[in-house]
Amino acid sequence: MASRDSATGNGRGAGSSAARAAVLERIRAATRGEPLEVAVPRDYATRSPLAGDALVDRFADRVSSYRASVHRCAPDEIAQRVVVLARERGARRVAVAPAVPDDWRPDGLEVVIDRGMAASALDRIDGAVTGCALAIAETGTLVLDGGPRCGRRALTLVPDWRLFVVEAGQVVGSVPEAVAALHEAASAGRPLTFVSGPSATSDIELSRVEGVHGPRTLDVVLVAPK
Amino acid sequence: MRIGEPQLRDNLYAATRTIRAKRAQVVAEVEDWEELREAGRAIKADAMRRLDALLEQLEEAVTAAGGRVHWARDAAEANAVVADIVAGHDAGEVVKVKSLTTDEIELNAALAQRGIAALETDLAELILQLSDDWPSHILVPAIHRNRREIRDLFARELGIEGLGDDPEELTDAARRHLRQAFLRARVGISGANFAIAETGTVGVVESEGNGRMCTTLPPVLVTVMGIEKVLPAWRDLEVFLQLLPRSSTGERMNPYTSLWTGVSDGDGPGEFHLVLLDNGRTRVLADEVGRDALHCIRCSACLNVCPVYARVGGHAYRSVYPGPIGAVLTPQLRGVPGDSDDLPWASSLCGACYEVCPVKIDIPALLVHLRSRAESSDPALRVMGWAMGGPRRFAAAQKAGRAALRAGVPVPPWTKGRDLPPAPPETFRQWWRRTRG
Repeated sequence: MASRDSATGNGRGAGSSAARAAVLERIRAATRGEPLEVAVPRDYATRSPLAGDALVDRFADRVSSYRASVHRCAPDEIAQRVVVLARERGARRVAVAPAVPDDWRPDGLEVVIDRGMAASALDRIDGAVTGCALAIAETGTLVLDGGPRCGRRALTLVPDWRLFVVEAGQVVGSVPEAVAALHEAASAGRPLTFVSGPSATSDIELSRVEGVHGPRTLDVVLVAPK
Repeated sequence: MRIGEPQLRDNLYAATRTIRAKRAQVVAEVEDWEELREAGRAIKADAMRRLDALLEQLEEAVTAAGGRVHWARDAAEANAVVADIVAGHDAGEVVKVKSLTTDEIELNAALAQRGIAALETDLAELILQLSDDWPSHILVPAIHRNRREIRDLFARELGIEGLGDDPEELTDAARRHLRQAFLRARVGISGANFAIAETGTVGVVESEGNGRMCTTLPPVLVTVMGIEKVLPAWRDLEVFLQLLPRSSTGERMNPYTSLWTGVSDGDGPGEFHLVLLDNGRTRVLADEVGRDALHCIRCSACLNVCPVYARVGGHAYRSVYPGPIGAVLTPQLRGVPGDSDDLPWASSLCGACYEVCPVKIDIPALLVHLRSRAESSDPALRVMGWAMGGPRRFAAAQKAGRAALRAGVPVPPWTKGRDLPPAPPETFRQWWRRTRG
């Protein structure tokens, strides 16, 4: 908050407060005399019928459809999986979110704990390993909420290889279930990022290319007790 | 798009057909799609009805979370606010994520006048910016360009030698070109897909990651948002995060959705400005029928199904909002008589746009409404009404019209972005008289 009180962008200067009053008055004039309440019917489904293994299977299936790779393992196999995947992806230096548990951290790799690294330093890191806040089965989406296992937004954006560790219990069925579960984080002002597959573009002749400005490779380690 | 460019017409036709099929597939798997559409329509209608209170609530929430809110009556005011913020940070360059709203207000030109370079970072927008071109589609703005043109453009403007024309290689060139810009940028500029009045949360929905870059890495973030993008409650996201990606790119979910609330310590920009833009929106709001155009969430589904759009392309609409929604939104936003007034007539009223609209905007009804609004005031239409009022007058008018077409008489402003079709050898009525069908 370097310049909240500086002279830059004087949001409540004379010009802006006149604009504010004018815009609000135009809105009031445009809608004057109309009933205030518009009923919103919410007859859509708010819960997915899936549960248990079917829910987790659906999540794995939907993530894979984005050309991301899903790797299932038991809780005590996480670190081993991370090492194998890092080797496959050619990642030697890996950054992790600050509260990523010790037993997720791969041996034999250079592991950096992100405690506010500059973006230029992150740009020299090969990959990032984090957890997630929750995952959505129907859409194959991973959600980050800036918590200590999720890390800062820059950590999960700048390095080219992304690995999420998702525990089976974190998977919810539908978008409405996820939005409800995230209400508290949003109210607390935490930044949220929904990730569904690697970054992609179809801007050239509608031909899909994976990997533009965000990470080009996305791996999901899905942890379920055997 | 010009009639003499069949290649481009083929590209566009193939592209719209592909997205259409993808959309149909992912919409069909949602059993409660109609219920979601109805909720989306109602949430937007509700938001429009109490827009003043919602904007005040949004302002309070954003401010409480450490952001700053600015108001702008028109494009000039919004551009001045943004330029002042950028200049206040002595930044000579900003990175931008694709935003139709900043295209609408021509922010880049305004910044250039103040000596500030605005770098477009969406791949398609980069292509358009490097070639000084104009978007032709809401979702894939450079769809009228083919890979060879883009290769030549990148080779020339980015100075890359030996570049192939494979989309993967071209995308990689853009990634390398822009990575340094993201890392050095001091100010990022974005639009907003929505803002939640209840929590003060602003959202950007995207695919490439340039949106995340622009809203995360620079220490200062400026978001320019049309006032109609506000949603009342956090819960409303559960509707729009389902409707938008499936309608837009035909995906179950787009690769990245960023949601932020003011500023967060140690994560992302330390300074956040939200510019709330009117620029004609309150004028649209004042028309009880026409205001439904403000419900638009810019998914572009109506472009892809429109038989007119698929054949003439986006440039024919001479607006950043092309296609069916542009035909009802642009003339209303501009308000004053001008060269977008004829857009409501560029439709067969087939109704395909209404069928796919995720918030059920009845575009054909709006087109008819805008036609009737214009008919009472436009002298050319009164003349046409007279000419079509009797068979002799109509035959005489057709004769004169065909003579004018053969002589190549231009019809400004109509012919500014389009070609006139060649005159047929005879009129339908002449043909009927000759052959009896």
